[in-house]
Amino acid sequence: MDFAGAYTPAHLKFLLQGFLVTLEVAFISIALSFIFGIIIGVIRYTKIPVLSQLLAVLVETIRNLPLLLIIFFTYFALPEVGLKLDKLYAAISALVIFESAMLSEIVRSGLQSIDKGQIEAARSSGLTYGQTLWYIILPQALRRMVPPIVSQFISLLKDTSLAIVISLPELMNHAQIINGRNVNFVIPIFLLVAFMYFIVNYSLSLVSRRLEYRQR
Amino acid sequence: MLRFSILVEHWDLYMQGFGHTILASVLALIGSLALGTIIAIFRIAPIRPLNWIGTAYVEFIRNIPLVLIVFVFFMGLPAIGIRFDSFTAGTLGLMVYTAAFIAEAIRSGIQAVPKGQMEAARSSGLTYLQAMRYVILPQAVKIVIPPLGNQFINLVKNSSVLGVIAGLDLMYFGDLISSKTFVTFDVYIFVALFYLVLTIPLSLGVGYLERRLLKAR
Repeated sequence: MDFAGAYTPAHLKFLLQGFLVTLEVAFISIALSFIFGIIIGVIRYTKIPVLSQLLAVLVETIRNLPLLLIIFFTYFALPEVGLKLDKLYAAISALVIFESAMLSEIVRSGLQSIDKGQIEAARSSGLTYGQTLWYIILPQALRRMVPPIVSQFISLLKDTSLAIVISLPELMNHAQIINGRNVNFVIPIFLLVAFMYFIVNYSLSLVSRRLEYRQR
Repeated sequence: MLRFSILVEHWDLYMQGFGHTILASVLALIGSLALGTIIAIFRIAPIRPLNWIGTAYVEFIRNIPLVLIVFVFFMGLPAIGIRFDSFTAGTLGLMVYTAAFIAEAIRSGIQAVPKGQMEAARSSGLTYLQAMRYVILPQAVKIVIPPLGNQFINLVKNSSVLGVIAGLDLMYFGDLISSKTFVTFDVYIFVALFYLVLTIPLSLGVGYLERRLLKAR
Protein backbone atom coordinates (compact mmCIF):
# COMPACT_ATOMS: atom_id res chain seq x y z
CA MET A 1 0.00 0.00 0.00
CA ASP A 2 1.37 3.35 -1.04
CA PHE A 3 -0.64 6.15 0.58
CA ALA A 4 1.85 8.91 -0.26
CA GLY A 5 1.99 7.86 -3.89
CA ALA A 6 -1.76 7.55 -4.15
CA TYR A 7 -2.66 10.87 -2.52
CA THR A 8 -0.67 13.23 -4.76
CA PRO A 9 -2.26 16.62 -5.55
CA ALA A 10 -2.71 15.57 -9.18
CA HIS A 11 -4.62 12.43 -8.15
CA LEU A 12 -6.76 14.30 -5.64
CA LYS A 13 -7.65 16.89 -8.26
CA PHE A 14 -8.51 14.12 -10.72
CA LEU A 15 -10.79 12.42 -8.19
CA LEU A 16 -12.52 15.71 -7.36
CA GLN A 17 -13.14 16.30 -11.06
CA GLY A 18 -14.75 12.88 -11.21
CA PHE A 19 -16.83 13.64 -8.15
CA LEU A 20 -18.08 16.86 -9.77
CA VAL A 21 -19.33 14.83 -12.74
CA THR A 22 -21.01 12.41 -10.30
CA LEU A 23 -22.77 15.28 -8.53
CA GLU A 24 -23.68 17.01 -11.78
CA VAL A 25 -25.21 13.86 -13.28
CA ALA A 26 -27.05 13.13 -10.02
CA PHE A 27 -28.51 16.66 -9.74
CA ILE A 28 -29.65 16.87 -13.36
CA SER A 29 -31.17 13.38 -13.14
CA ILE A 30 -33.05 13.95 -9.89
CA ALA A 31 -34.43 17.31 -11.13
CA LEU A 32 -35.74 15.80 -14.37
CA SER A 33 -37.00 12.66 -12.61
CA PHE A 34 -38.85 14.82 -10.10
CA ILE A 35 -40.80 16.52 -12.90
CA PHE A 36 -41.62 13.23 -14.65
CA GLY A 37 -42.29 11.55 -11.30
CA ILE A 38 -44.90 14.20 -10.38
CA ILE A 39 -46.60 13.94 -13.78
CA ILE A 40 -46.75 10.13 -13.70
CA GLY A 41 -47.66 10.06 -10.01
CA VAL A 42 -50.56 12.52 -10.48
CA ILE A 43 -51.87 10.65 -13.53
CA ARG A 44 -51.85 7.41 -11.60
CA TYR A 45 -53.39 9.04 -8.52
CA THR A 46 -56.24 10.58 -10.52
CA LYS A 47 -56.69 7.27 -12.37
CA ILE A 48 -57.05 8.79 -15.85
CA PRO A 49 -58.36 5.76 -17.77
CA VAL A 50 -56.06 3.83 -20.16
CA LEU A 51 -53.13 6.23 -19.62
CA SER A 52 -53.03 5.37 -15.94
CA GLN A 53 -53.00 1.61 -16.62
CA LEU A 54 -50.36 1.96 -19.32
CA LEU A 55 -48.13 3.94 -16.98
CA ALA A 56 -48.69 1.39 -14.23
CA VAL A 57 -47.33 -1.38 -16.45
CA LEU A 58 -44.42 0.78 -17.58
CA VAL A 59 -43.49 1.88 -14.06
CA GLU A 60 -43.66 -1.67 -12.68
CA THR A 61 -41.53 -2.99 -15.54
CA ILE A 62 -38.84 -0.35 -15.09
CA ARG A 63 -38.79 -0.68 -11.31
CA ASN A 64 -38.22 -4.40 -11.65
CA LEU A 65 -35.22 -4.09 -13.96
CA PRO A 66 -31.62 -3.53 -12.88
CA LEU A 67 -30.45 0.03 -13.49
CA LEU A 68 -27.24 -1.35 -14.96
CA LEU A 69 -29.26 -2.99 -17.70
CA ILE A 70 -31.00 0.29 -18.51
CA ILE A 71 -27.63 2.07 -18.73
CA PHE A 72 -26.36 -0.64 -21.11
CA PHE A 73 -29.50 -0.24 -23.10
CA THR A 74 -29.41 3.54 -23.55
CA TYR A 75 -25.73 3.49 -24.48
CA PHE A 76 -25.24 0.27 -26.47
CA ALA A 77 -28.67 -0.78 -27.72
CA LEU A 78 -30.36 2.48 -28.70
CA PRO A 79 -27.76 3.31 -31.41
CA GLU A 80 -28.90 0.10 -33.13
CA VAL A 81 -32.34 1.60 -33.64
CA GLY A 82 -30.88 4.92 -34.75
CA LEU A 83 -30.70 6.84 -31.46
CA LYS A 84 -27.09 7.58 -30.63
CA LEU A 85 -26.43 9.28 -27.29
CA ASP A 86 -23.01 10.24 -25.95
CA LYS A 87 -21.91 8.86 -22.56
CA LEU A 88 -23.23 11.75 -20.50
CA TYR A 89 -26.66 11.78 -22.12
CA ALA A 90 -26.91 7.99 -22.12
CA ALA A 91 -26.16 7.92 -18.38
CA ILE A 92 -28.57 10.75 -17.60
CA SER A 93 -31.36 9.22 -19.72
CA ALA A 94 -30.96 5.84 -18.05
CA LEU A 95 -30.99 7.39 -14.57
CA VAL A 96 -34.01 9.56 -15.45
CA ILE A 97 -35.96 6.57 -16.83
CA PHE A 98 -35.24 4.52 -13.70
CA GLU A 99 -35.64 7.29 -11.12
CA SER A 100 -38.83 8.72 -12.66
CA ALA A 101 -40.44 5.33 -12.09
CA MET A 102 -39.16 5.27 -8.50
CA LEU A 103 -40.19 8.87 -7.77
CA SER A 104 -43.64 8.43 -9.33
CA GLU A 105 -44.32 5.77 -6.70
CA ILE A 106 -43.19 8.13 -3.93
CA VAL A 107 -45.44 10.87 -5.36
CA ARG A 108 -48.38 8.50 -5.67
CA SER A 109 -48.13 7.18 -2.14
CA GLY A 110 -47.58 10.74 -0.87
CA LEU A 111 -50.80 11.84 -2.55
CA GLN A 112 -52.67 8.80 -1.28
CA SER A 113 -51.54 9.50 2.28
CA ILE A 114 -53.55 12.74 2.34
CA ASP A 115 -56.88 12.25 4.05
CA LYS A 116 -59.86 11.91 1.68
CA GLY A 117 -61.78 14.37 3.86
CA GLN A 118 -59.49 17.10 2.51
CA ILE A 119 -60.78 16.53 -1.02
CA GLU A 120 -64.39 16.42 0.13
CA ALA A 121 -64.01 19.62 2.14
CA ALA A 122 -62.26 21.44 -0.73
CA ARG A 123 -64.78 20.26 -3.31
CA SER A 124 -67.77 21.24 -1.19
CA SER A 125 -66.30 24.70 -0.63
CA GLY A 126 -66.51 25.17 -4.40
CA LEU A 127 -63.02 24.30 -5.74
CA THR A 128 -62.81 22.26 -8.92
CA TYR A 129 -61.03 18.88 -8.81
CA GLY A 130 -57.96 20.41 -10.47
CA GLN A 131 -57.86 23.30 -8.01
CA THR A 132 -58.26 20.91 -5.10
CA LEU A 133 -55.33 18.87 -6.33
CA TRP A 134 -53.11 21.88 -6.96
CA TYR A 135 -53.87 24.03 -3.90
CA ILE A 136 -54.89 21.51 -1.26
CA ILE A 137 -53.53 18.02 -1.89
CA LEU A 138 -50.19 18.56 -3.63
CA PRO A 139 -48.74 21.11 -1.15
CA GLN A 140 -49.46 18.80 1.79
CA ALA A 141 -48.27 15.71 -0.03
CA LEU A 142 -45.06 17.37 -1.21
CA ARG A 143 -44.03 18.03 2.37
CA ARG A 144 -44.44 14.32 3.16
CA MET A 145 -42.51 13.33 0.04
CA VAL A 146 -39.35 15.23 0.94
CA PRO A 147 -37.69 12.62 3.21
CA PRO A 148 -38.20 9.65 0.82
CA ILE A 149 -37.05 11.81 -2.10
CA VAL A 150 -33.84 12.66 -0.24
CA SER A 151 -33.27 8.92 0.37
CA GLN A 152 -33.90 8.29 -3.30
CA PHE A 153 -31.34 10.97 -4.14
CA ILE A 154 -28.79 9.15 -1.99
CA SER A 155 -29.41 5.94 -3.96
CA LEU A 156 -29.10 7.89 -7.16
CA LEU A 157 -25.77 9.38 -6.11
CA LYS A 158 -24.49 5.88 -5.39
CA ASP A 159 -25.98 4.50 -8.58
CA THR A 160 -24.14 6.98 -10.82
CA SER A 161 -21.13 4.73 -10.17
CA LEU A 162 -22.79 2.10 -12.39
CA ALA A 163 -22.04 4.40 -15.34
CA ILE A 164 -18.50 3.04 -15.03
CA VAL A 165 -19.63 0.37 -17.52
CA ILE A 166 -19.87 3.04 -20.22
CA SER A 167 -16.71 4.82 -18.89
CA LEU A 168 -18.52 8.00 -17.97
CA PRO A 169 -15.73 10.09 -16.36
CA GLU A 170 -17.31 10.08 -12.87
CA LEU A 171 -15.69 9.31 -9.52
CA MET A 172 -15.44 5.49 -9.80
CA ASN A 173 -14.11 5.74 -13.32
CA HIS A 174 -11.39 8.19 -12.28
CA ALA A 175 -10.56 6.01 -9.28
CA GLN A 176 -10.11 3.02 -11.56
CA ILE A 177 -7.86 5.00 -13.90
CA ILE A 178 -5.56 5.86 -10.98
CA ASN A 179 -5.72 2.25 -9.73
CA GLY A 180 -4.56 1.11 -13.13
CA ARG A 181 -1.25 2.92 -12.68
CA ASN A 182 -0.05 1.01 -9.64
CA VAL A 183 -1.59 -1.87 -7.71
CA ASN A 184 -0.39 -0.33 -4.45
CA PHE A 185 -2.73 2.61 -4.98
CA VAL A 186 -5.87 0.45 -5.00
CA ILE A 187 -6.64 0.30 -1.28
CA PRO A 188 -5.73 3.93 -0.47
CA ILE A 189 -7.79 5.16 -3.42
CA PHE A 190 -10.80 2.99 -2.54
CA LEU A 191 -10.65 4.26 1.06
CA LEU A 192 -10.61 7.87 -0.09
CA VAL A 193 -13.38 7.35 -2.64
CA ALA A 194 -15.54 5.58 -0.06
CA PHE A 195 -14.96 8.50 2.29
CA MET A 196 -16.02 11.01 -0.39
CA TYR A 197 -19.29 9.20 -1.12
CA PHE A 198 -19.88 8.66 2.57
CA ILE A 199 -19.48 12.32 3.59
CA VAL A 200 -22.00 13.56 1.04
CA ASN A 201 -24.52 10.74 1.46
CA TYR A 202 -24.34 10.64 5.23
CA SER A 203 -24.93 14.40 5.46
CA LEU A 204 -27.92 14.01 3.17
CA SER A 205 -29.29 11.15 5.27
CA LEU A 206 -28.99 13.30 8.41
CA VAL A 207 -30.97 16.06 6.65
CA SER A 208 -33.62 13.53 5.63
CA ARG A 209 -33.91 12.15 9.16
CA ARG A 210 -34.18 15.69 10.56
CA LEU A 211 -37.04 16.48 8.18
CA GLU A 212 -38.80 13.23 8.98
CA TYR A 213 -38.51 13.92 12.69
CA ARG A 214 -39.88 17.46 12.35
CA GLN A 215 -42.98 16.19 10.58
CA ARG A 216 -44.04 14.04 13.48
CA MET B 1 -39.59 -7.26 -34.66
CA LEU B 2 -37.54 -9.10 -32.08
CA ARG B 3 -35.26 -11.77 -33.49
CA PHE B 4 -36.24 -14.77 -31.39
CA SER B 5 -33.65 -16.86 -33.22
CA ILE B 6 -31.04 -15.17 -31.01
CA LEU B 7 -32.81 -16.41 -27.90
CA VAL B 8 -33.17 -19.93 -29.31
CA GLU B 9 -29.62 -20.23 -30.61
CA HIS B 10 -28.02 -18.92 -27.41
CA TRP B 11 -30.45 -20.48 -24.98
CA ASP B 12 -27.61 -22.36 -23.19
CA LEU B 13 -25.67 -19.15 -22.59
CA TYR B 14 -28.76 -17.32 -21.36
CA MET B 15 -29.48 -20.22 -19.01
CA GLN B 16 -25.93 -20.17 -17.63
CA GLY B 17 -26.27 -16.48 -16.91
CA PHE B 18 -29.75 -16.92 -15.45
CA GLY B 19 -28.50 -19.72 -13.21
CA HIS B 20 -25.58 -17.67 -11.93
CA THR B 21 -27.85 -14.67 -11.29
CA ILE B 22 -30.15 -16.86 -9.19
CA LEU B 23 -27.24 -18.55 -7.44
CA ALA B 24 -25.52 -15.25 -6.59
CA SER B 25 -28.82 -13.79 -5.32
CA VAL B 26 -29.67 -16.79 -3.16
CA LEU B 27 -26.15 -17.16 -1.72
CA ALA B 28 -25.94 -13.43 -1.02
CA LEU B 29 -29.40 -13.55 0.58
CA ILE B 30 -28.44 -16.35 2.94
CA GLY B 31 -25.15 -14.66 3.81
CA SER B 32 -26.68 -11.23 4.30
CA LEU B 33 -29.54 -12.62 6.41
CA ALA B 34 -26.97 -14.14 8.77
CA LEU B 35 -24.70 -11.08 8.79
CA GLY B 36 -27.64 -8.66 8.92
CA THR B 37 -29.18 -10.46 11.91
CA ILE B 38 -25.88 -10.29 13.79
CA ILE B 39 -25.58 -6.57 13.06
CA ALA B 40 -29.19 -5.93 14.06
CA ILE B 41 -28.51 -7.71 17.36
CA PHE B 42 -25.40 -5.56 17.80
CA ARG B 43 -27.51 -2.46 17.28
CA ILE B 44 -30.20 -3.27 19.83
CA ALA B 45 -28.27 -5.27 22.44
CA PRO B 46 -27.97 -3.38 25.73
CA ILE B 47 -24.17 -3.13 25.29
CA ARG B 48 -22.84 0.24 24.14
CA PRO B 49 -19.66 -0.74 22.18
CA LEU B 50 -21.69 -3.30 20.19
CA ASN B 51 -24.24 -0.58 19.35
CA TRP B 52 -21.43 1.58 17.97
CA ILE B 53 -20.04 -1.20 15.80
CA GLY B 54 -23.51 -2.02 14.45
CA THR B 55 -24.34 1.60 13.72
CA ALA B 56 -20.96 2.25 12.08
CA TYR B 57 -21.39 -0.77 9.79
CA VAL B 58 -24.91 0.18 8.72
CA GLU B 59 -24.20 3.88 8.18
CA PHE B 60 -20.95 3.33 6.34
CA ILE B 61 -22.08 0.57 4.01
CA ARG B 62 -25.45 2.14 3.20
CA ASN B 63 -23.79 5.35 2.08
CA ILE B 64 -21.23 3.99 -0.37
CA PRO B 65 -21.95 2.48 -3.80
CA LEU B 66 -22.28 -1.27 -4.29
CA VAL B 67 -19.86 -1.10 -7.22
CA LEU B 68 -17.19 0.19 -4.86
CA ILE B 69 -17.75 -2.67 -2.39
CA VAL B 70 -17.60 -5.25 -5.18
CA PHE B 71 -14.38 -3.66 -6.47
CA VAL B 72 -12.87 -3.91 -2.99
CA PHE B 73 -13.40 -7.70 -3.12
CA PHE B 74 -12.35 -7.91 -6.74
CA MET B 75 -9.27 -5.65 -6.74
CA GLY B 76 -8.69 -4.25 -3.24
CA LEU B 77 -8.23 -7.48 -1.31
CA PRO B 78 -6.19 -9.13 -4.10
CA ALA B 79 -3.79 -6.18 -3.76
CA ILE B 80 -2.94 -7.46 -0.28
CA GLY B 81 -2.87 -11.10 -1.38
CA ILE B 82 -6.48 -12.27 -0.78
CA ARG B 83 -7.85 -13.52 -4.07
CA PHE B 84 -11.34 -14.53 -5.19
CA ASP B 85 -12.73 -15.46 -8.58
CA SER B 86 -15.06 -12.82 -9.98
CA PHE B 87 -18.28 -14.66 -9.13
CA THR B 88 -17.22 -15.07 -5.47
CA ALA B 89 -16.01 -11.47 -5.24
CA GLY B 90 -19.32 -10.22 -6.62
CA THR B 91 -21.41 -12.41 -4.33
CA LEU B 92 -19.40 -11.38 -1.25
CA GLY B 93 -19.80 -7.71 -2.23
CA LEU B 94 -23.55 -8.18 -2.60
CA MET B 95 -23.70 -9.90 0.76
CA VAL B 96 -21.80 -7.18 2.62
CA TYR B 97 -23.90 -4.45 0.99
CA THR B 98 -27.30 -6.09 1.47
CA ALA B 99 -26.52 -7.03 5.10
CA ALA B 100 -26.63 -3.33 6.05
CA PHE B 101 -30.15 -2.95 4.66
CA ILE B 102 -31.34 -6.22 6.14
CA ALA B 103 -29.95 -5.22 9.53
CA GLU B 104 -32.01 -2.02 9.38
CA ALA B 105 -35.16 -3.90 8.38
CA ILE B 106 -34.73 -6.37 11.24
CA ARG B 107 -33.87 -3.67 13.75
CA SER B 108 -36.88 -1.53 12.92
CA GLY B 109 -39.11 -4.62 13.00
CA ILE B 110 -37.93 -5.53 16.49
CA GLN B 111 -38.30 -1.95 17.68
CA ALA B 112 -41.81 -1.80 16.23
CA VAL B 113 -42.92 -4.30 18.87
CA PRO B 114 -44.31 -2.16 21.72
CA LYS B 115 -41.93 -1.62 24.64
CA GLY B 116 -44.53 -2.87 27.10
CA GLN B 117 -44.09 -6.39 25.67
CA MET B 118 -40.46 -6.52 26.78
CA GLU B 119 -41.29 -4.98 30.17
CA ALA B 120 -44.14 -7.42 30.75
CA ALA B 121 -41.99 -10.41 29.74
CA ARG B 122 -39.10 -9.29 31.95
CA SER B 123 -41.32 -8.67 34.96
CA SER B 124 -42.92 -12.10 34.58
CA GLY B 125 -39.44 -13.53 35.20
CA LEU B 126 -37.98 -14.15 31.72
CA THR B 127 -34.37 -13.16 31.09
CA TYR B 128 -33.60 -10.60 28.36
CA LEU B 129 -32.67 -13.36 25.91
CA GLN B 130 -35.73 -15.46 26.72
CA ALA B 131 -37.97 -12.43 26.31
CA MET B 132 -36.34 -11.76 22.95
CA ARG B 133 -36.64 -15.37 21.82
CA TYR B 134 -40.19 -16.15 22.95
CA VAL B 135 -41.97 -12.78 23.05
CA ILE B 136 -40.35 -10.14 20.85
CA LEU B 137 -38.94 -12.07 17.86
CA PRO B 138 -42.11 -14.05 17.02
CA GLN B 139 -44.01 -10.75 16.77
CA ALA B 140 -41.20 -8.98 14.92
CA VAL B 141 -40.90 -11.68 12.23
CA LYS B 142 -44.31 -10.77 10.80
CA ILE B 143 -43.40 -7.10 10.56
CA VAL B 144 -40.00 -7.84 9.04
CA ILE B 145 -40.99 -10.21 6.22
CA PRO B 146 -42.30 -7.67 3.64
CA PRO B 147 -39.24 -5.36 3.89
CA LEU B 148 -36.99 -8.42 3.67
CA GLY B 149 -38.85 -9.42 0.51
CA ASN B 150 -38.16 -5.98 -0.92
CA GLN B 151 -34.50 -6.38 -0.09
CA PHE B 152 -34.44 -9.67 -1.94
CA ILE B 153 -35.92 -8.01 -5.04
CA ASN B 154 -33.22 -5.33 -4.81
CA LEU B 155 -30.66 -8.07 -4.38
CA VAL B 156 -31.73 -9.81 -7.59
CA LYS B 157 -31.51 -6.50 -9.46
CA ASN B 158 -28.24 -5.56 -7.81
CA SER B 159 -26.70 -8.91 -8.73
CA SER B 160 -26.35 -7.39 -12.22
CA VAL B 161 -23.30 -5.62 -10.80
CA LEU B 162 -21.48 -8.93 -11.29
CA GLY B 163 -21.54 -8.04 -14.96
CA VAL B 164 -19.11 -5.18 -14.25
CA ILE B 165 -16.43 -7.64 -13.09
CA ALA B 166 -17.25 -10.45 -15.57
CA GLY B 167 -19.02 -12.42 -12.85
CA LEU B 168 -20.78 -14.91 -15.17
CA ASP B 169 -24.29 -13.54 -14.49
CA LEU B 170 -27.02 -12.54 -16.97
CA MET B 171 -25.39 -9.19 -17.73
CA TYR B 172 -22.07 -10.90 -18.46
CA PHE B 173 -23.63 -13.45 -20.79
CA GLY B 174 -25.69 -10.70 -22.42
CA ASP B 175 -22.42 -8.96 -23.19
CA LEU B 176 -20.93 -12.21 -24.50
CA ILE B 177 -23.90 -12.97 -26.76
CA SER B 178 -23.99 -9.44 -28.14
CA SER B 179 -20.29 -9.56 -28.98
CA LYS B 180 -20.84 -12.90 -30.76
CA THR B 181 -23.88 -11.84 -32.75
CA PHE B 182 -23.13 -8.11 -33.15
CA VAL B 183 -26.68 -7.46 -32.00
CA THR B 184 -27.32 -5.50 -28.81
CA PHE B 185 -30.92 -4.35 -28.80
CA ASP B 186 -32.59 -7.77 -29.04
CA VAL B 187 -30.01 -9.47 -26.84
CA TYR B 188 -30.63 -7.09 -23.96
CA ILE B 189 -34.39 -7.18 -24.36
CA PHE B 190 -34.15 -10.92 -23.69
CA VAL B 191 -31.84 -10.27 -20.73
CA ALA B 192 -34.43 -7.84 -19.38
CA LEU B 193 -37.16 -10.47 -19.76
CA PHE B 194 -35.10 -12.96 -17.75
CA TYR B 195 -34.78 -10.42 -14.93
CA LEU B 196 -38.52 -9.69 -15.04
CA VAL B 197 -39.29 -13.42 -14.80
CA LEU B 198 -37.58 -13.28 -11.40
CA THR B 199 -38.51 -9.85 -10.09
CA ILE B 200 -42.17 -9.47 -11.11
CA PRO B 201 -43.42 -12.58 -9.24
CA LEU B 202 -41.33 -11.52 -6.23
CA SER B 203 -42.83 -8.00 -6.33
CA LEU B 204 -46.35 -9.37 -6.58
CA GLY B 205 -45.67 -11.73 -3.69
CA VAL B 206 -44.29 -8.98 -1.48
CA GLY B 207 -47.24 -6.72 -2.35
CA TYR B 208 -49.64 -9.51 -1.38
CA LEU B 209 -47.87 -10.07 1.96
CA GLU B 210 -47.88 -6.34 2.69
CA ARG B 211 -51.61 -6.07 2.06
CA ARG B 212 -52.38 -9.12 4.18
CA LEU B 213 -50.27 -7.80 7.02
CA LEU B 214 -51.99 -4.42 6.83
CA LYS B 215 -55.37 -6.13 7.18
CA ALA B 216 -54.18 -8.28 10.07
CA ARG B 217 -53.38 -5.19 12.15
